[in-house]
Amino acid sequence: MNKVIKYVIYDIVRNRFVLSYTLLLLFTSLAFYGFGSEGNKGVLSLLNIILMVVPLVSIVFTTIQFYNSYEFLELLSAQPISRGTIFLSQFWGINLSLCLAFFIGVGIPTWIYDGTGAGATLVLCGLLLSLVFVSLALFACTLTRDRAKGIGIALGLWFYFCLLYDGLALTVLMMFSDYPLDKVSLALTALNPVDLARILILMKLDISALLGITGAIFQKFFTSEKGMIISILLLLFWIMLPLLKAYRTFLKKDL
Amino acid sequence: MISFENVNKSFGRLQVLKDISFELEAGQSVALIGPNGSGKTTLIKTLLGMNVPTSGNIRVKGLDIRSDYQYRAHIGYMPQIGNYPKNLKISQLIEMMRDIRQKKGMIQKTDEELIDLFRLREIYDKPLGTLSGGTRQKVSATLAFLFNPEILILDEPTAGLDPLSSEILKEKILEESLKGKLIIITSHILSDLEELTSHIMYLEEGRLQLFKKMSEIKAETGENRLARIIAHLMSKKEMITS
Repeated sequence: MNKVIKYVIYDIVRNRFVLSYTLLLLFTSLAFYGFGSEGNKGVLSLLNIILMVVPLVSIVFTTIQFYNSYEFLELLSAQPISRGTIFLSQFWGINLSLCLAFFIGVGIPTWIYDGTGAGATLVLCGLLLSLVFVSLALFACTLTRDRAKGIGIALGLWFYFCLLYDGLALTVLMMFSDYPLDKVSLALTALNPVDLARILILMKLDISALLGITGAIFQKFFTSEKGMIISILLLLFWIMLPLLKAYRTFLKKDL
Repeated sequence: MISFENVNKSFGRLQVLKDISFELEAGQSVALIGPNGSGKTTLIKTLLGMNVPTSGNIRVKGLDIRSDYQYRAHIGYMPQIGNYPKNLKISQLIEMMRDIRQKKGMIQKTDEELIDLFRLREIYDKPLGTLSGGTRQKVSATLAFLFNPEILILDEPTAGLDPLSSEILKEKILEESLKGKLIIITSHILSDLEELTSHIMYLEEGRLQLFKKMSEIKAETGENRLARIIAHLMSKKEMITS
């Protein structure tokens, strides 16, 4: 499998899109770290950009890449390698390229200018979010052969997780505001990888007071070792679930 | 070498292959023909494992193709449209195929004749995305022949090639056929098929209407040119199948 991944990465790294993505992230992080006097402010400003841009780029790029290499996947599937290998080499090829872009664009500046635990959490969450949205995109791609539909589903997923979900969660919390909802809001967070990443980073920034009583509960949960592990496991779960579904579909799909 | 037993394939409600059975032997050179949408490409894709048959068995060299993907090591496939990763170089693509094929402890001698004949070495460092359709076709042909496979499946091999390259490729196909390889060609260029093939397999609406030696059909129909024979087949289809 490594042999195929190698060439998938060769191909992607020379793609202008990935190069621009790297530069965009790099300029954004340098700008934010350059302006802020305190390190943590840089992380906070960067957080909001990353939570939008990383999922969007990951999901759109993966979908386009998948459909563009469809004929190539066909040709590979006529070679003596298994479908599973073909699929996973795409997954890892795309992932490693996007993670490399993120690491150069955000990881290195954060390490140089920030270097705190919050910065490290930001980078870790960014990498995990890339993985989550690559696997969601592959899930969308295996649902249909129609490129337009595939991209539509992928964008729908991004829209849901990045924009719609918070509104829906808030509506639920408002409707049942007469009841104690701390546990519920904790559970609602777990159902969205983007929120999970956001809370994880916010808690590291010691600004939970802004979130009121819920904030206190979040603080207690997410800063404890157990909470951290659980949330990272949840993010991994968000990577595995769509990936497994996509993998299964791809094994039996008519190309 | 290849056997189909009652193979059916449907996409949703549309049945594309209907109860197809046949056996192909080494040394045969088969022209797979039929009108557009008759199921030729689906048949090839099913054989290559890109499409999964709804029912029936396919065996290559005695082994069921569902049991092991290694059977594809015996097959060289030239697709109708070769679309490759845009930023890879020709040399890298060939290198990759070599990595894939030779990993499994089957070090074969590669056949680089076509690389030289098509003068691909001169453009080895060009990214695949910048190549013209014809050049990509040459790359596809080269890849199909590269590993000396016992079975060659060529989907419209000469469409899009210039006359000179087309001749080179046809020469190569004939040469390999004489070495006793099994060759399956689909094409709408009947004159090419006439030169290259020994058998005719005629598909219509997903059914195998006819599979015979070229010489036998010529004798039966009393026609000498393939175009006439096919016209004959299409008009007298009922007579032949009954």
